[in-house]
Amino acid sequence: MSEELLNLKDVKKYFGLRGAPWRKAQAVRAVDGVNLVVRKGETVGLVGESGSGKSTLARVATRLLDPTQGRVEIGGTDVTKVRGRRLRPIRRRIQMVFQDPQASLNPRQSVGTILSTPYRAQGIRPTRAQLVELLEQVGLAEQYLERYPHEFSGGQRQRIGIARALSVKPDLLVCDEPVSALDVSVQAQVLNLLADLRDELGLSYVLVAHDLAVVRQVADRIAVMYLGTIVEEGPAAEVYEAPAHPYTKALLSAVPVPEPGVERDRIVLTGDVPTPIDPPSGCPFRTRCYKAQDVCATQRPVLEPVAGNTEHRAACYFPEPPPPERT
Amino acid sequence: MSSSVAGTVSPTRQALRRVRRDRSARVGAVLVVLLIVIAAAAPLLVRLAGQDATTYHIDLLDPNRGNAPAGALGGISGSHWFGVEPLTGRDLFSIVVLGLRTSLTIAVVVTAITTVVGTLAGISAAYFGGWYDAIMSRLLDFLFGFPQLVFMIALGIIIPARFPRWLLLILVLSFFGWAGLARLIRNQARSLVTREFVEAARSVGSSGWMVITRELLPNLLGPVLVIATLAIPGYIGAEAALSFLGVGVPPPTPSLGRSISDSIAWVYTGADPWFLLFPGAVLFLAVLGFTLLGDGVRDAFDVRLRRTS
Repeated sequence: MSEELLNLKDVKKYFGLRGAPWRKAQAVRAVDGVNLVVRKGETVGLVGESGSGKSTLARVATRLLDPTQGRVEIGGTDVTKVRGRRLRPIRRRIQMVFQDPQASLNPRQSVGTILSTPYRAQGIRPTRAQLVELLEQVGLAEQYLERYPHEFSGGQRQRIGIARALSVKPDLLVCDEPVSALDVSVQAQVLNLLADLRDELGLSYVLVAHDLAVVRQVADRIAVMYLGTIVEEGPAAEVYEAPAHPYTKALLSAVPVPEPGVERDRIVLTGDVPTPIDPPSGCPFRTRCYKAQDVCATQRPVLEPVAGNTEHRAACYFPEPPPPERT
Repeated sequence: MSSSVAGTVSPTRQALRRVRRDRSARVGAVLVVLLIVIAAAAPLLVRLAGQDATTYHIDLLDPNRGNAPAGALGGISGSHWFGVEPLTGRDLFSIVVLGLRTSLTIAVVVTAITTVVGTLAGISAAYFGGWYDAIMSRLLDFLFGFPQLVFMIALGIIIPARFPRWLLLILVLSFFGWAGLARLIRNQARSLVTREFVEAARSVGSSGWMVITRELLPNLLGPVLVIATLAIPGYIGAEAALSFLGVGVPPPTPSLGRSISDSIAWVYTGADPWFLLFPGAVLFLAVLGFTLLGDGVRDAFDVRLRRTS
C-alpha cells in the first residue's frame, strides 16, 4: 500500500453562530466527523450538494481552517496543532486550487508577481526561468508573465491558479470545484490538464465537485458527502455502477443520460436538506430517505463494508444489494 | 524586466493615466505644485522681495484712518507687493507666503501621519478580526463621537505656552484625524479579506505582514490616495480655523488663518478690505487645488463608476 499523503481522523468543524447572549449558543456543523485517507498517486473525488461541507473539509485539510475536533495528518505527521511559521514546510506538501479563478487572483498583481508569491513566502526569490517553466507546465506562454488577471479568460485564469499551486512542488492538490465556474467546453480542457499533470508530476488530488460527470472523468475513488458526513466511499467504478447508499443512488439517478429515448428510473428526493445547525438524530439522511425505518433515527450508522468489500463502504442500515454477478 | 507585450499596464497605472487626462484634475495638480513650490521657496521669495514678516513700517500707515495702510489698494507698492498689514505695517506678501508655508506643512504632515496610522489600523483590524477588531472599532466610535473642536480649544488654553504650538496642532489634528480613514479602510479591507486570493496567499504560507502589504494594500491604494488628497484641504482649513479662533499657531509665526481673523474688523469698517483679500485668496486656491486633484483621483480610482474590463 502506498504512502499516505493526507489522513483526516474524525474531523469536525463547527462554526459558531453569533446571537443574543441570552440565547443558547448555536453552531453550524459544517463537517461532522469525517475520516478520509488519500494515498500517493490517487485521485479522490469528493461529491455532495451545496452545503454538504465539501469546501469546508477541503479548507480544513489544507489547514486554512482549524478543525473543531479531530486530527489532520499530512505526510504521516500530525499537523492539527501546527500554526503560523511552522506550517510553512507543511504547506509545500499540500496546495489548493480555488473555485473562482476571478476571485482567487489578485487583480492588482501581474501573473509574474502572483506566481512568485509562493516562493517569497518560503523566502526564495524565483528566477524568471522558474516562473516561465510554471506557465509552460499549465500550457501558457512566457509572454503572459507581465499581464494582469483581467486580461485573461476564465480557463486561462484557472491555469494560472493551478500554476501557483504547483510552484511549491506539492504532492497533493486539493481542488475546490476547480471547473464549476467555467464554461463546459473549457471544463474539459482544465480537467485534461489536471490529468496530464498527475501523470507528469505524480500528483495526487482531492477533487471537490458537485458535478458527478466531472468526478467520474478523473477520480479513482469517490467519497459522497451529505450534511457534513461521508455516507459512501469506494472505488469510482463501483460507486457509479453499484451505489450502496440510497443517497448516492438518488444522486446518480439524477444525472441526465445522453441518449434520447432512454428513460431512467429517477429517484426523486422530497424535502430540503435539513439544517446543519440541528441535524436529524441517527442517520442524517433519514428525513428524505425512501428506505427509512425506526432504527435509522436511533443511532448514526457508521461506514461499513458493502457485501464484504472493505474498499467500498457505506453508512446505511439498509444498503442496496450489490448487482447480481453477470455471467 | 522588458515587456514583450505592448499595452500591458497595471490597474494602478491605468488609473493614474486617467488622472492625467482629466482636465480639472490637471488644473488642480498645477495649482498644487505651484503652491507647494511657493511654500517651499517662501523664505527665498521673501528675501527676493527684500522684506521680512516681522519689521514694522509705521511710516506707511495713515494715523487719520485708524492706522490703515496709507495709499490705495492696501498700500501696494513696488516694495510691498501685497501691501502692508494695518496697525503694524508689516509686509503682507511675506506674511501670506510664510503663512502658506505654515499651513501646508501642518496639513501635509498631519495627512501623512493620519494616512499611515489610519491605513495600518484599518487593514490590521480587518485582517486579524476578533477582539482586536472589536476594540479598534469601539475606539473609532469613541473618536468619532468626541467633541473635537471644543477639546482642541480647551487643550490650546491648558497646555503651557512653552510647548511648541505647531507641534501641538499636528498632534491634536492627527489624534482625531486617523479615525475616518481607519474605519473606511477597515470596511473595504474586510470585503477583501474574504476573497479567495487572500486565502490563496495564506495557503502558500504567506505571513500576515505579507498578506497585508502585498495582497491587501495594493487593492486599497485607490481609496487611500483619494482620502489623503481630499484630507489635505480639510487640514488646511482646520489649521486656519483654529488659528482664526486663536488656538492655532501663535504670533509672530505667520498664519493664513490668523491673518484672516485679524482682517475681519478692517473689512467691517471698510478701512482696509485688502487685508482679507490676499490671505483669503491664497487659502481658497490651496483648498481648491487639492480638492480638484482629489476629485480627479477619486474618479480615476472609483471602480464603481468605471469598469473597463
